Amino acid sequence: MVKHERVAAIVGVAESDLGIVPNKSVLQLQAKAAKLALDDAGFAKDDVDAIFTAGNWSWAPNMMLAEYLGIQPKYTDGTNIGGSSFESHVAHAAAGIRAGLFDVALITYGSTQRSNPYRPQETAVRLTDQFERPFGLPTPVGAYALAAMRHMHQYGTTSEQLAEVAVAARSWAAMNQKAMKREPISIQDVLDSRWICEPLHLLDCCLVTDGGGAVVVASAKAAENAKKPPVWILGHGETHTHNTITNMPDLTITGAQESGQQAFRMAGITHDDLDVVEIYDSFTITVLLSLEALGFCKPGESGEFVSGGRTAPGGDFPMNTNGGGLSYCHPGMYGIFLLIEAARQLRGECGERQLQDAKLALVHGTGGVLSSSSTVILGRD
Amino acid sequence: MTVVPRPVLDGDSLKYWEGLRNEELWIQRCNDCHQHIFYPRSICPDCFSEEITWVQSGGTGKIYSFTVVHHAFGPFKEQLPFVVAIVELDEGVRMMTRLKAGSKNPSVEQRVKVIFERLDEELTLPYFEPV
Repeated sequence: MVKHERVAAIVGVAESDLGIVPNKSVLQLQAKAAKLALDDAGFAKDDVDAIFTAGNWSWAPNMMLAEYLGIQPKYTDGTNIGGSSFESHVAHAAAGIRAGLFDVALITYGSTQRSNPYRPQETAVRLTDQFERPFGLPTPVGAYALAAMRHMHQYGTTSEQLAEVAVAARSWAAMNQKAMKREPISIQDVLDSRWICEPLHLLDCCLVTDGGGAVVVASAKAAENAKKPPVWILGHGETHTHNTITNMPDLTITGAQESGQQAFRMAGITHDDLDVVEIYDSFTITVLLSLEALGFCKPGESGEFVSGGRTAPGGDFPMNTNGGGLSYCHPGMYGIFLLIEAARQLRGECGERQLQDAKLALVHGTGGVLSSSSTVILGRD
Repeated sequence: MTVVPRPVLDGDSLKYWEGLRNEELWIQRCNDCHQHIFYPRSICPDCFSEEITWVQSGGTGKIYSFTVVHHAFGPFKEQLPFVVAIVELDEGVRMMTRLKAGSKNPSVEQRVKVIFERLDEELTLPYFEPV
């Protein structure tokens, strides 16, 4: 087994207020999360020499955010590939540190999409959007529904199997005081919830919340000065396969196939070595497709794989241990919260929902309409 | 009155939308690798050739996937429920479309043919209906 060189680590994580947070701007949410994450690391603002963020709240989010925080970074990266942007930010931070370009990166996200929804009424659609938008498919949910319908047709996947993902997430959320939805649900509850886009029901869909998060990544040298033990970035991979759902090469195979292989190869570990996985659950189908493409099971077998509460507390495949985007929070681009939970599990900070002796975690983000995939493998000493 | 988002015609899309106005479905083919191409563009996404030709599609194909939409935004709310599909044309390319209102029990792999949904003088959309 190749032992990955320990070059960069997550040393601080934090959320801002989550859920329904009226009267706070995206900058306030990010400032709060950034301050708490730096406190968590035991670092000061002036230790930060690289800035990463993603959002559509400014034409140049990095510049607006860094100015607000009073940071003049020597490295800046505004990669925006949707909800998986933050997995890529961690990957790019590790690459930058490996290249010796900086020592401490601050990655933030904030959204007020619940209290301050912004959905522009498009009257004109340009460039390649013009071949889809006039048909009225609601995005992103409609695109994921198209993938779910195809998966059901090809493999006989059932609504009950999709519902397993939502039910398991809710049981984890019951043990997370920060989760928005904590009352238990059954498979029947998911099936009885109203249709959004067939075959997806309301409870197959993530929450719509406000919230922000931050992650601090440090070089091995800088990590020596951190308050808490490092969560090493052992492997990472990313790709995007399409932009519009019509141009996804195969509606049942995501780019996780590529990003996952890259990450496993770099980390030099196998699936069986992992103790916990955090997989972006924008919709229940997102998880099933990711599990297959990441190689946890064969194509078409993910429905069977998650059945019987396998990913729920007490199951042998602990997944989305904070309650996920389905039950904990989902402020638009959820990927940063996957990283926060994985780091906490590896540090043993999760209280009631803590997994015993978790050493290795896989974090997988999906962005756009199954468009982007970004995988990070994390481990502690 | 429903106002759907209007396409902004450009150097790639002008001929496509003009064709639809005349009740013709035009796609493209690469002169070098002979693959069909949709949506229209100036370079072949397969072999990167710039030798692209417009060809008229036969307008038949099958449903690659579909969804019955029960929740929509803006001008589409008043049309609920409706069926959005991805159709694979017999030429091998896929396009997003709407199934004609009232199409009963759509299914994946079902054979369909194009119909032309004229919204107004300027804009005609390619919808499909079961054969």
